[in-house]
Amino acid sequence: MTETRATREEQVLERIDRARRRRARVREEHITMAHGAGGKASQTLIEAVFLDAFRNPLLEPLEDGAVFGAGGARLAFTTDSYVVSPLFFPGGDIGDLAVNGTVNDLSVCGARPLYLSAGFVLEEGFPVEDLRRISASMARAAAAAGVSIVTGDTKVVQRGKADGCYVTTAGVGLLERDAALGVAHARPGDAVLVSGPVGEHGVTIMLARGELDIEADLVSDTAPLNGLVAALLDAAGGAVRCLRDATRGGVATILNEIARASGVAVVVEEDAVPVRPAVRGACELLGIDPLYVACEGRMVAVVAGEAADAALAALRGHPLGAGAAIVGRVRDDPPGLVLLKTAFGGTRIIDVLVGDPLPRIC
Amino acid sequence: MRFVDEYRDADTARALAARIAGLCEPGRTYKFMEVCGGHTHTIYKHGLEDYLPEAITLVHGPGCPVCVIPMGRVDDAIHIAGQPDVIMTSFGDMMRVPGGHGSFFDSSAEGADIRMVYSPLDALKIARLNPDRRVVFMAIGFETTAPSTAMTILRAAAEGVRNFSVFCNHVTIIPAIKAILDSPDLRLDGFIGPGHVSTIIGCRPYEFIARGYGKPLVVAGFEPLDILQSIYMLLLQLAEGRSEVENQYARVVPWAGNVKALRAVNEVMELRPYFEWRGLGFISHSALRVRDEYAAYDAERLFDIPGNRVADPKACQCGEVLKGVLKPWECKVFGTACTPETPIGTCMVSSEGACAAYYNFGRFSRQRVREATR
Ligand code: SF4
Repeated sequence: MTETRATREEQVLERIDRARRRRARVREEHITMAHGAGGKASQTLIEAVFLDAFRNPLLEPLEDGAVFGAGGARLAFTTDSYVVSPLFFPGGDIGDLAVNGTVNDLSVCGARPLYLSAGFVLEEGFPVEDLRRISASMARAAAAAGVSIVTGDTKVVQRGKADGCYVTTAGVGLLERDAALGVAHARPGDAVLVSGPVGEHGVTIMLARGELDIEADLVSDTAPLNGLVAALLDAAGGAVRCLRDATRGGVATILNEIARASGVAVVVEEDAVPVRPAVRGACELLGIDPLYVACEGRMVAVVAGEAADAALAALRGHPLGAGAAIVGRVRDDPPGLVLLKTAFGGTRIIDVLVGDPLPRIC
Repeated sequence: MRFVDEYRDADTARALAARIAGLCEPGRTYKFMEVCGGHTHTIYKHGLEDYLPEAITLVHGPGCPVCVIPMGRVDDAIHIAGQPDVIMTSFGDMMRVPGGHGSFFDSSAEGADIRMVYSPLDALKIARLNPDRRVVFMAIGFETTAPSTAMTILRAAAEGVRNFSVFCNHVTIIPAIKAILDSPDLRLDGFIGPGHVSTIIGCRPYEFIARGYGKPLVVAGFEPLDILQSIYMLLLQLAEGRSEVENQYARVVPWAGNVKALRAVNEVMELRPYFEWRGLGFISHSALRVRDEYAAYDAERLFDIPGNRVADPKACQCGEVLKGVLKPWECKVFGTACTPETPIGTCMVSSEGACAAYYNFGRFSRQRVREATR
């Protein structure tokens, strides 16, 4: 009997897999918060509305930025909007978040970030002093990353039509190496690395809202990754298959994108994932998994197995990668799944998040 | 977080698993029900089934507070939330629970002011900050959460907060267990008793299970080793021919429960004659309502709720899953029409629901994974 039950279960699993591969469709009539949470609903919205409308070969891979040739050079181009609440939080504010976010999206394309734009949507009544603070921190972040903010835009909306200040940045970068990076490039045998402890930004923001009676000594991890990426590519160049910065949806979401796009399985060792005790403690209390919590200065790297140690050494040699670790391996079966070997010694799936326990973290 | 790691040690787990395997009589199969959704979650989250011999099947019981809320009650809550001056507050888990006409999420997208809170006290705080609005707390849960709802009502009364009320959906675990024991289609060998509920009600209320039905019950904690150990204790009882109530979670659960919390619940709430449970139907004396003395804090009386009964969707087999007759994947719509994004049944919504736990954590062939990762 167990025999037939197991085969039946297997059949059901295959049916589910087929259902999951079906074309994305937005069933809701209205946008819900889940559409912005970086999980399945966001993915569906992007594929069913935006990709459907804008479809072209540069957009289609849905990477962090588009890479294209222009006038003999290879460029990367990206954009991102920031609606974080609160605007100021331990370790940063919406300003450096907006600069670092775009710098990082360009960096993980393998590009050297050059120029950024900055667009502001301001709510009537917003303190000019706060805007000065935000701009100053943007200037500092840009200087630290070696980029210039060269164009911008400002709009003001009536009181109540926005929440203080929203920032949108776009950026261009130059590809100077011919590393071919992409979520679809992972191969069985590759190693999966993270560049440092995960989840600090998301948990910091959540605690900074003051809605939870938890106190922890935490600051956001927001930081520009271009230096770290350069160090990694210098050391392991051709062996690097894919880089992604683990923002909304956290490391878990990135790994799912990689498993799905590359048609591979990713097996993560829970024990190997670096998580600071304060983050772990807060997540434990809130019943969330740090693997899903956003970072703003951490990346996931997939590198060929034989280059794993060199890649790890290169990351750890950089101040932003001191806490880097090899957290898992790429395998061929079962394709499209991310599996976690739990610290307890069992196995489970890490799926894409459905809802979002942490609204407006970036 | 040392106190957590202690209960997640893989070496201890392996040793315990060996003893569990040693206690299984050859040729015999065992079915244990973990009553509480928190246990279901732990089992899947840590991959605990990897440690169990094939002879042991864990059946996921009805103890997930979100899963047992019938659709009609969700509609009632959405109706309240739709009143112009209302702020509805609720635990995050409730947001996606489908009623007959969508979920909190949908009604929030259509303009209702619905806010997630972590405790009823947060809802009371919102009421204090918004004196010109009526703030309603959607109260769900077993005996575990009923005391905090009761104490919040007491606090609101003491402070004279007039714009706060509770839509009470608290349920009690014992009648549900009894309904399962009386259901003919299920043969269980024992129960893993709910740890959190027992911190409040203690262990005594379970004695009828051991005495009257001859089934052992072990109240268990929520770390994976707690559950493994409680399975070991159940097997030991069976091997020795005993059927008793034992307390594996004595570090937290007092045998007599929490008298103070029970008193608060008693002060504010009373048993309803009957209440509908999703998938299980009407169970008598299985839920709590606000007493007359606290009518001013009872949303059910303050608002004119439709109170319509909505039949569960035809395709939905939540009842069978809640009773443990079907494994989640045996439901016909599991994973295809019913997924965490588009739940048909409630078991697919909460992270403590059996279907969601299996879909999110366990949806893979153990056989294949074992081969692939060897
Ligand atoms: S798959 Fe959906 S409908 Fe079927 S039992 Fe589970 S929750 Fe209910």
